[in-house]
Amino acid sequence: MPTTFRLNGQTATLDADPSMPLLWALREVAGLHGTKFGCGMAMCGACTVHLDGQAVRSCVMPLSAVEGRDITTIEGLHSKQAKAVQAAWVELQVPQCGYCQSGQVMSATALLEKNAAPTDADIDSAMSGNICRCATYQRIRAAIHSAAQSLKV
Amino acid sequence: MKKHPVLWAFATIIALSIIIVVYIVLGPSALGFAGGKTVALAAYHGEDPTGAAPELKAASLVERGEYLARAADCAVCHTAPDGTAFAGGRAFVLPFGTLYSTNITPDAETGIGNYSDANFLDAVHKGIGRDNTKLYPAMPYPSYTYMSDTDALAIKAYLFTLRPVHAPAPKNSLAFPFNQRSLMRVWSALFNSDRRFEPNLDRSPEWNRGAYLVEAMGHCGECHTPRNLFFALNNREKFGGAVQAGWRAYNITADRASGVGAWSDADLANYLSAGHAEGRGSASGPMGEAVDESLKYLKASDISAMVTYLRSVPALTTSDLPEPKLTPAVTAQVTAPEANPHGKAVYEGACAGCHGWSGVSPVIPFATLIGTRSVNDPTATNVAQVIIGGGHRHSPVDANNMPAFGAAYSDDEIAAVANFVTARYGVKGSDLTAARVAALRAEN
Amino acid sequence: MTHKPVRSSLPTRRDFLKTAGTASVVALTIGFEWAATGRRAVAAVTPPGATFTPNAFLRIGSDNRVTVIAKHLEMGQGTYTGIATIVAEELDADWTTVSVESAPADAKRYANLVFGTLQGTGGSSAMANSWAQLRDAGAKARAMLLSAAAKDWHVPVAELTTDKGMVYHAAGKRQATYGSLVKTALSLPVPDNVVLKDPKNFKLIGARPPRVDAAAKTDGSAQFTLDFVLPGMLVALLKRPPLFGATVKSFDATAAAAVPGVVKVVQVPGGIAVVAKGFWAAKLGRDALKIEWDDSKAEKRSSSALMAEYRRLADQPALSARKVGDAHKAIGDATRRVSASYEFPYLAHAPMEPLDAVVKLDASSCEIWAGDQFQTIDQANAAHTAGLDPKQVSIHTLYAGGSFGRRANTISDYIVEAVSIAKAFGADGTPIKLQWTREDDIHGGLYRPMYFHKLEAGLNAQGELTGWHHVIVGQSIIADTIFAAGIKDGIDSTSVEGAANIAYAIPNIAVDLSTTKTGVPVLWWRVVGSSHTTFAVEAFIDEAAHVAGVDGFTFRRKLLEHEPRMKAVLELAAEKAGWNAGPLPPGRGRGIAVAEAFKTFVAQVAEVTVDRDGNVKVDRVVCAVDCGTPINPDIITAQMEGGIGFGLGAVMHSAITLKDGRVEQGNFNNYRVLRMNEMPKIEVHIVPSTAPPTGVGEPGVAPIGPAVANAIFAATGKRVHALPFGKVGVA
Repeated sequence: MPTTFRLNGQTATLDADPSMPLLWALREVAGLHGTKFGCGMAMCGACTVHLDGQAVRSCVMPLSAVEGRDITTIEGLHSKQAKAVQAAWVELQVPQCGYCQSGQVMSATALLEKNAAPTDADIDSAMSGNICRCATYQRIRAAIHSAAQSLKV
Repeated sequence: MKKHPVLWAFATIIALSIIIVVYIVLGPSALGFAGGKTVALAAYHGEDPTGAAPELKAASLVERGEYLARAADCAVCHTAPDGTAFAGGRAFVLPFGTLYSTNITPDAETGIGNYSDANFLDAVHKGIGRDNTKLYPAMPYPSYTYMSDTDALAIKAYLFTLRPVHAPAPKNSLAFPFNQRSLMRVWSALFNSDRRFEPNLDRSPEWNRGAYLVEAMGHCGECHTPRNLFFALNNREKFGGAVQAGWRAYNITADRASGVGAWSDADLANYLSAGHAEGRGSASGPMGEAVDESLKYLKASDISAMVTYLRSVPALTTSDLPEPKLTPAVTAQVTAPEANPHGKAVYEGACAGCHGWSGVSPVIPFATLIGTRSVNDPTATNVAQVIIGGGHRHSPVDANNMPAFGAAYSDDEIAAVANFVTARYGVKGSDLTAARVAALRAEN
Repeated sequence: MTHKPVRSSLPTRRDFLKTAGTASVVALTIGFEWAATGRRAVAAVTPPGATFTPNAFLRIGSDNRVTVIAKHLEMGQGTYTGIATIVAEELDADWTTVSVESAPADAKRYANLVFGTLQGTGGSSAMANSWAQLRDAGAKARAMLLSAAAKDWHVPVAELTTDKGMVYHAAGKRQATYGSLVKTALSLPVPDNVVLKDPKNFKLIGARPPRVDAAAKTDGSAQFTLDFVLPGMLVALLKRPPLFGATVKSFDATAAAAVPGVVKVVQVPGGIAVVAKGFWAAKLGRDALKIEWDDSKAEKRSSSALMAEYRRLADQPALSARKVGDAHKAIGDATRRVSASYEFPYLAHAPMEPLDAVVKLDASSCEIWAGDQFQTIDQANAAHTAGLDPKQVSIHTLYAGGSFGRRANTISDYIVEAVSIAKAFGADGTPIKLQWTREDDIHGGLYRPMYFHKLEAGLNAQGELTGWHHVIVGQSIIADTIFAAGIKDGIDSTSVEGAANIAYAIPNIAVDLSTTKTGVPVLWWRVVGSSHTTFAVEAFIDEAAHVAGVDGFTFRRKLLEHEPRMKAVLELAAEKAGWNAGPLPPGRGRGIAVAEAFKTFVAQVAEVTVDRDGNVKVDRVVCAVDCGTPINPDIITAQMEGGIGFGLGAVMHSAITLKDGRVEQGNFNNYRVLRMNEMPKIEVHIVPSTAPPTGVGEPGVAPIGPAVANAIFAATGKRVHALPFGKVGVA
């Protein structure tokens, strides 16, 4: 049964099992590989995408749940907050193995889109669901602050 | 003769005890609340309230038996975790020891392969095993006693089509005097009516069907009705809620605040058949199992009949359960200074991804916390249980399962996050302690 | 379910640029290759569309692009950037034109010189073994480009200089890009000897050139094995036994085969594999498998029972790993004695990318794509499984989403599984991706072993350590592997490193090892032996210092008088952390620890807050590191930060436990790791050095556990004697 939704700003119709998690529909049906598989139970955040602007875990969200809604993946990020986040990520050399970073960037972008000047506590609340086994957390925190700063100017 | 004060006190205590016992023993039956005139099933001329769903009228005996076995939820108790269905071995940890369910596959030696129809009816209706031993009422025969012979034997016919599994039940480990099975005879004489379901002439056919399904089959009261001193159901507080296996089986009477009086028929039907009602919550723990193994297989007409019947049960108020808060938490992120930083820290790492910060799940409706009874329960019992053991639902997709966190988080952390959740998404919050979490772990 | 091709057939913009670029360059490109062992430059004219197989450490195109060939896996530790930095430094390349490509599996050219003849990554050896080799490679290439310019311009080489990919002749006011000199350089002989740069003139080494992979790892375009697809590729999930050592007795694949999208269910030595058109179908198919297992030979013990046994063994005679003087007598004669024991759980590596590999197998060849860490061993094991010669097995190494040692295993578990599935599928050239789930990873074994440590020490009246006795009980990592020859006199050095070579000047030392056997497969885990030995040694030395009435820093420093590098990092960390700045407020504490691992020296000072309920928050960690010449200080800093976070998560939360042989954890809900809200503020200070560089991927992990445990003691007066401490509570 096909599911139709907005994917990175364009209408997409994916013909797949409606109970298939969005993650696998994005990766294997839409061919978008930036969103990663880490745990399959919303525990690690590697699969984070935006659903109507909110950061959600695509690995537990059935494809059927996004019918008619708006999904943005790492490939479709374009807001000024997203650009600031990605620039700060490179500037502060955040990634190590890099596998979780798509999810980290998605969560950080969603945070900045709602909260222009997050505190450390806000960052903890928004980012603690994204595990990084390389523990790049200190740089993620700094990069979010740096991105917020760059958006003020 | 001079009055001896000690003797008098003694006599008073005995008299009072007798009055209490009589009061308990003479309590109403499960259907006593309904009043009206009842007749024997054979004498009832309305639509037959027993049997499988009307859709299965033409089905074979075995197919009907399968449906009824689902409705009576035999599999949940008679299957060990990861074990073969109906082969028994599931442990029931009770305050006075551990009981194990028995093998009800048709294995001659360890199952019910040698049971005659009469043997089977004795077990279902009276709690008497084939070797004439009394069964413990963990087997809900005071409820099953309402089941018609025809239906019980249909279930037997179905069970006898299963592959026989050689699986001796583990030995029960009960403390004295509970290990004396003969005492169960006394108990049974007092608390098992040994009477089949009698339709109520003053109620609709649908109500009667619902009553049969709820009482004789689904045995809802076994969890949702509190028990008396003798561990029998206290139907004076029918469906008023009780604690069962460390979980709170909530008030399911018509009370608007603490029961399900405010739920629509659709809410109730959805909850029973899918384990989830929008804005009301999701079934987990023992209720989740009841939905997965039993209720979800019932036809819509049967679910509707159960709703009709449930609605007729008189309202009772559970004093500690407020009307659930229906409004989501306001802020998108938590910015205010947090009274429970430790609970928040656990929540933001392990919970927020699915449950969000408003309590309305951004991912799946099953994970929405707002409006659920458990987050509005100031004991936080079920919140703690679901954190410890997770929510393992079979449907609609297994991705909806909530992971179990019991192994990774300390009692202190679980208490903290449970209190954070009830404070943020419930009416009153809770004050769950680490010691209580430890006790809940042991009960589960 | 219908399954669409995983990649759109329309080329992306990126593909287009790549193709266009290749076409225009290839027409005139004469690749410049140079082999480390070769005597001559090799011309490689690459016609359009041909596959170009590099065979050396760098390639310079006529388009000025410098491609460095990395023989090591990039799994987060920054190797690609480090390798490129070394080459680019001696080459005087323009960093913006440098990119990195992974080397094929070819031990002849790409062996890890620390491992001898094996190609592989591990033991924090990438920089150490590449340093001389790649400086030489870069310098010789530069020399040849200079000679080429000299030849073209008819000027002496001595008058030429280089900078950022250009050759300059100041006197003649001439300049040329490296790319323009490639053609001439090709005809020149490779010089025998070349003068390396004076470190004073380093421009990239010691600076902070940005990571070559940072941008791609920020925009989602970096390609991991998870992302690698081939036309017609299928996805396989393998159902493995629930107990270590169990095997398939019988299985029923009827329901699995009926799942839409499932192509085939095959039995392989490791279990039953479901091969499907995509992950989800394979997962649903695997869930539907009905398998009866034969667990007659399986490990059925619980980890608690094993630990009880280890505890008992610690009092039995053991093999000596180190003996100096007479520790028993010294302790017997001591004025004061101190003793303690420490328990360490099994640990999973849990890299973010669950293990995966793509295999294309036919009758005469096997091609593998994976985040491969042990190319030579994996090549041999794959060949053995496929029934091919290792030469017929090619490996394409992709980025690995973490490893922490997991992908470097001598049984090549995930590679062998993938090859065996492809073989059982028919070895018909169908590409198959084996994908592990997180549960597969957590249940999958090859854990850091469980250990029990028992220590006893004696002090004289002056509070000086006179005797030290350390007993270690646990499984050997290298026993029964191809590295077993490394076990000398019954001692597996990976069990005792960090303990047997204790740096403290103690006159009488005895370190004993009791090696156990269980059915639980074990493996090295980031920082290997020091992941437990450093905790035991550094927590215990702190207990000794307390008995001596001396603070932990002063006590250690005195014992390290003859260990200048160890002492230097200790002093640097203490100074930067304000060790002597006075006590912290009640409920807070400072702890210190120091370690040497893989010839890198690290000291850390942790500051913790412990609340009334015993919840530990690590507020700040100050880290000092001496890893020889700092090739890239930013990556060194990042590795210290990451090592601290990785180690901290483990000591606070992580444990694999077994109940009747069954692993009790399955995912990040019950195998806890560090999260953002638990990350301390970390400061890293690097000791300036011109010594040959050593590794930084692992050593940062070692001291954090004991530093925190010692800080907890300072805050609460309670010692941590079992890990993870988050579970046992400290209040």
